[in-house]
Amino acid sequence: MRQFIIFVRKEFFHIFRDVRTMLILLGMPVAQMLLFGFAITTEVRNTKVAVFDPSQSMETREIKERFQASEYFSINEEIHDISRINDVFKYGDIGLVLVFSDNFESDMLHGGEASVQLITDGTEPNQASMITGYATNILSQYQREVSGIDGIPFSIIPEIKMLYNPQAESAYNFVPGVMGMILMLICAMMTSIAIVREKENGTMEILLVSPMKPIYIILAKVTPYFALSVVNLITILLLSVFVLGVPVSGSLTLLFGVSLIFIFLALSLGILISNLVSTQVAAMLASGMGLMMPVMLLSGLMFPIESMPQILQWISAIVPARWYIEAVRKIMIQGVEAQYVMREIFILLFMALLLITLSLKKFKTRLS
Amino acid sequence: MTEEYVIIAENLTKKFGNFTAVDHITFSVRKGEIFGFLGANGAGKTTAMRMLCGLSHPSDGKGIVAGYDILHESEKVKQNIGYMSQKFSLYEDLKVWENLRLYGGIYGMKDKEISIKMDAVLRSIDMQSEKNTMVRDLPLGWKQKLAFTVSIFHNPKIVFLDEPTGGVDPITRRRFWEQIYSAAASGITVFVTTHYMDEAEYCDRVSIMVDGKIKALDSPQELRKKYSASGMDEVFQKLAREATRKGD
Repeated sequence: MRQFIIFVRKEFFHIFRDVRTMLILLGMPVAQMLLFGFAITTEVRNTKVAVFDPSQSMETREIKERFQASEYFSINEEIHDISRINDVFKYGDIGLVLVFSDNFESDMLHGGEASVQLITDGTEPNQASMITGYATNILSQYQREVSGIDGIPFSIIPEIKMLYNPQAESAYNFVPGVMGMILMLICAMMTSIAIVREKENGTMEILLVSPMKPIYIILAKVTPYFALSVVNLITILLLSVFVLGVPVSGSLTLLFGVSLIFIFLALSLGILISNLVSTQVAAMLASGMGLMMPVMLLSGLMFPIESMPQILQWISAIVPARWYIEAVRKIMIQGVEAQYVMREIFILLFMALLLITLSLKKFKTRLS
Repeated sequence: MTEEYVIIAENLTKKFGNFTAVDHITFSVRKGEIFGFLGANGAGKTTAMRMLCGLSHPSDGKGIVAGYDILHESEKVKQNIGYMSQKFSLYEDLKVWENLRLYGGIYGMKDKEISIKMDAVLRSIDMQSEKNTMVRDLPLGWKQKLAFTVSIFHNPKIVFLDEPTGGVDPITRRRFWEQIYSAAASGITVFVTTHYMDEAEYCDRVSIMVDGKIKALDSPQELRKKYSASGMDEVFQKLAREATRKGD
């Protein structure tokens, strides 16, 4: 045990004396959170609108004019075929499609209820929700004014539909995503680099000749990164709650529990990588390309998994961060109970056990 | 006279697939001896040494180091040996005393023991004033000195030196050998691999490995006589000529 403590202390020296690494370790979560939180929300102005208007009535023309007059929208296109909606999103730079019902004006004047669909591009949930917000405002303002003049009580029901992201996942998506990415990066990348550095410098050999058991060497090496990951986890949550105003709706204990599993998994992955490569550069490339890219692209951090081609959805299933991000999203944003994240927890646990077994086995064979 | 052997190897063998890196070598090393382990690159000397240190399991044969079986009691073997590699293997971002404390601690020395011993050894290598220097700021020769000191800091019975003088100048090498002599004088057995034939002359006995086998083993004087050579270099040349393996 004393050996272990002495060794862990040495690991902390390595980290604290390397200012650049320290900055990366502790500064990156903050930078990422602020970047995702503030810089990526884009202001909505002059969003191009396409309109499908089968009724062509005075009322719909009036609504269209109001959209045109608003600083947020400009009507770009009238579509006459409902099936073109997909195309205008794909090939045009349309941000919103207004679809009036067939008998909009008679519904409104006689039925007291008229509906209009607001279709947005759900791949950018932030923007989409802002656009629908502004559009709904215009509609309800129109409704107020008209009912004031005519005294006829009626309402316009906007039906909001986000294409490509039907669940309309919240704009808070990035918080779980950043958590997944940071933890993966710090645990896996930093651990693998730290272990490989010992190999590269030849100190690993000295340690293996010493009476210290190899398993303790590994444990002692990962302990500081484990501690740092927990610090980062807390930093991210504090920033998220107090700076970005994204609350933790579910159980904090559950959130920490899932995170600890994920940290354990990422550390195992780091150990595995360190066994496979022999230089620090290779370790960095392996964890950078092999881990970061999938985490960024396939975990649902940037693109909703539901809108990926089937094959990419399958591939994303083997990216551990995907399950972690999903679990955190459920716990943090939707505030669900433990039984609803059991699937994610089991998958993560299974992956973690698989990885640690694999890496310890690999570590042993290298010895003999 | 019964001599005390601290390293005994009997038919020690290491195979990697079809390739026999170390081929049934048998030798023993006396307590307090400086034993030179010579061989061209690829002759198998590093592999043999790794087996003796417990870094690698022998495919066949037996080895006793410091009285313990290398296969079944490797933990006890490790407790009783020191090891220094070609790379010096100190932590560059730790201070001189932190390196000593770390290795002392890994070998289970108590804090008090460490601090007493630390002053003594630093004095003996004239590095007291460098106690708080980062290792990366030391010149190469000093690093080497320190690395050796670290490897015998916990008072091992045997110290294994794997080409310890690679890349340093002749004067530093000479000084380093003085350090080795004084360690041997204090009762530590020194097992050293080297490329430099002038260093072989400093050893009490040397073995020369060719293609995984020990081709000669005796004191430098005897070997010179036997192969009617003027120096170890010539002895080595004569033996190494028989090698079929390519060096790496």
